[in-house]
Amino acid sequence: MGRTLAEKVWDAHVVRRAEGEPDLLYIDLHLVHEVTSPQAFDGLRLAGRAVRRPDLTLATEDHNVPTDALVISDPVSRTQVETLRRNCEEFGVRLLPMGDAGQGIVHVIGPQLGVTQPGATIVCGDSHTSTHGAFGALAFGIGTSEVEHVLATQTLPLVRPRTMAVTVEGALQPGVSAKDLVLALIAQVGTGGGQGHVVEYRGEAVRALSMEARMTVCNMSIEWGARAGMIAPDETTYAYLQGRPHAPQGEEWDAAVAHWDSLRTDDDAVFDREVVLDASAVTPFVTWGTNPGQGVALGEAVPDPQALPAGTEREAAERALAYMGLTAGTPMREVAVDTVFLGSCTNGRMEDLRAAADVVRGRRVADGVRAMVVPGSMLVKLQAEQEGLHEVFTDAGFEWRNAGCSMCLGMNPDTLAPGERSASTSNRNFEGRQGRGGRTHLVSPEVAAATAVAGHLAAPADLSDARTLQEA
Amino acid sequence: MDAFTTHTGTAVPLRRSDVDTDQIIPSDWLKRVERTGFGAGLFSQWREDPDFVLHRHPGATVLLAGKDFGTGSSREHAVWALQDHGFRAVISPRFADIFRSNALKGGLLPVQLPEDVVERLMAAVEADASTPVTVDLEAREVRSGDVVAPFALDDFTRWRLMEGLDDIGLTLRHEPDIAAYEQRRPAFLPTTR
Ligand code: SF4
Repeated sequence: MGRTLAEKVWDAHVVRRAEGEPDLLYIDLHLVHEVTSPQAFDGLRLAGRAVRRPDLTLATEDHNVPTDALVISDPVSRTQVETLRRNCEEFGVRLLPMGDAGQGIVHVIGPQLGVTQPGATIVCGDSHTSTHGAFGALAFGIGTSEVEHVLATQTLPLVRPRTMAVTVEGALQPGVSAKDLVLALIAQVGTGGGQGHVVEYRGEAVRALSMEARMTVCNMSIEWGARAGMIAPDETTYAYLQGRPHAPQGEEWDAAVAHWDSLRTDDDAVFDREVVLDASAVTPFVTWGTNPGQGVALGEAVPDPQALPAGTEREAAERALAYMGLTAGTPMREVAVDTVFLGSCTNGRMEDLRAAADVVRGRRVADGVRAMVVPGSMLVKLQAEQEGLHEVFTDAGFEWRNAGCSMCLGMNPDTLAPGERSASTSNRNFEGRQGRGGRTHLVSPEVAAATAVAGHLAAPADLSDARTLQEA
Repeated sequence: MDAFTTHTGTAVPLRRSDVDTDQIIPSDWLKRVERTGFGAGLFSQWREDPDFVLHRHPGATVLLAGKDFGTGSSREHAVWALQDHGFRAVISPRFADIFRSNALKGGLLPVQLPEDVVERLMAAVEADASTPVTVDLEAREVRSGDVVAPFALDDFTRWRLMEGLDDIGLTLRHEPDIAAYEQRRPAFLPTTR
């Protein structure tokens, strides 16, 4: 019987297999950041262990860093970042620190450097490591004990996960993005729908996605419970990789491509589960609740919990609406926001910035709305500035920041105030995720941009109407 | 890691599904570089509510939770916070993968039981907070009143938990296999240098 992409990558990394034990899997790339690593390095020190492969390890500073200054004023955040610096120095790990041209969100810099490659096993103490699966890598988040384990041994003992296929047929309509697609998928399958599975996204609509859009989809795999998300490598992948600093060159490139070409799910391979989605039916999508599965099309209204079956699901919806300060039946388009955040490892790359800039070009952020753009890496920032995008944003009234996780999570100065409402291109709308009491609506970059201009949740198509109406 | 064989204690019924790790330990707590002291941060925002269920079950060591417990972030701090608060086991109809794996690393037992069994346990604990719940890893069974429910856990993990063994030490016994694998890795693979 044939094998799936995930199974091929898994099998190629088995160091040791024994009956009744987890497989010992080799890890090709270990990404590290300041939040989930200090206790792991401490563990190494206590046991007198070294980092086995510092040359397969790469660290960056992203969660705690301020995005408007190069000085960390919060002493606790500063200690965490300084601890990472000391640990990297002591254990010989390459670090891209704040202020370095290569610094950025850990899941943006791997692909950008070309260290994220098809067929690799990639881990990081961060659940959105699934992002790297867009290249056909087996990439997943791990906890701090596992971070220590990988530092010490470059391996992980793991039980082989089940496999699932998400086949997206048809084509996305113009104005509908990868973010809308994945939000619609999560609303359909639920936050636990992928639990225990490595998911392969396939089908016509997935093949048509750019590399950056594929990263957006794979990034959110964890939000519906999947262990990892993968997309088979193809010409789009190779074109993105070729010429990147750590991509193979010359004869090695040819050898690599020959190997990558073999990373396809065999025709006779069987997935444990399959989900089929019609891309042409997806429209701009937004969340109304406090988990990423609580979403609806932008054209719909806040759902009524009473329409749900009694029990935990209805209670969860009621609690979410209370937290979000929303009333059932309110059209989503009438929900006014205080803040718009464009950034994160989901939507902080060049294409995201370009798409949003296209919407705001020549327009103004609505009165009373705070809007900010936080590029996913300093390289994205530089490139955007070379294209003049920063001026498009600042002319419209957006703040233009340095790279970091920023308002994706409340660990740095960029947070929501209690009760404040945001449209955010990040990946989590949990209670308090963007700051205590903050209310988050997850949206695409296009919707974020249109929302900033309109002052309420909106798609770009709504704006031209609004303009005509005003002028009339 | 402390060995886990069997544990009996009282339980907290947390009637919520999708309890994400941002709720278990909010991100402001993640700035700490130590491994201890996270108990005070456990459910810190929910705990501000005097009616929060945790306040009504002081000293409980077993957490009963709704479906999809531990979703979201990979932060192992969630496990450390639960343990630091005194929990030895969490019982839920379904766990997020990374949380489950983190819990098993640290010796906090994640026990998956059918929804109706969790419901019966919750009802019993809500009726009488002093109801003891036994989590027996040796027998792979949860017992409380007239509830006797088997749960699944693979032999290897069960053995490791019962012995209180550290994964790194176990893996390092296979160092020659790791070195041999490294010899076979293709030349085109990247390094971070
Ligand atoms: S941008 Fe958000 S989701 Fe991504 S790594 Fe940073 S905190 Fe995590």
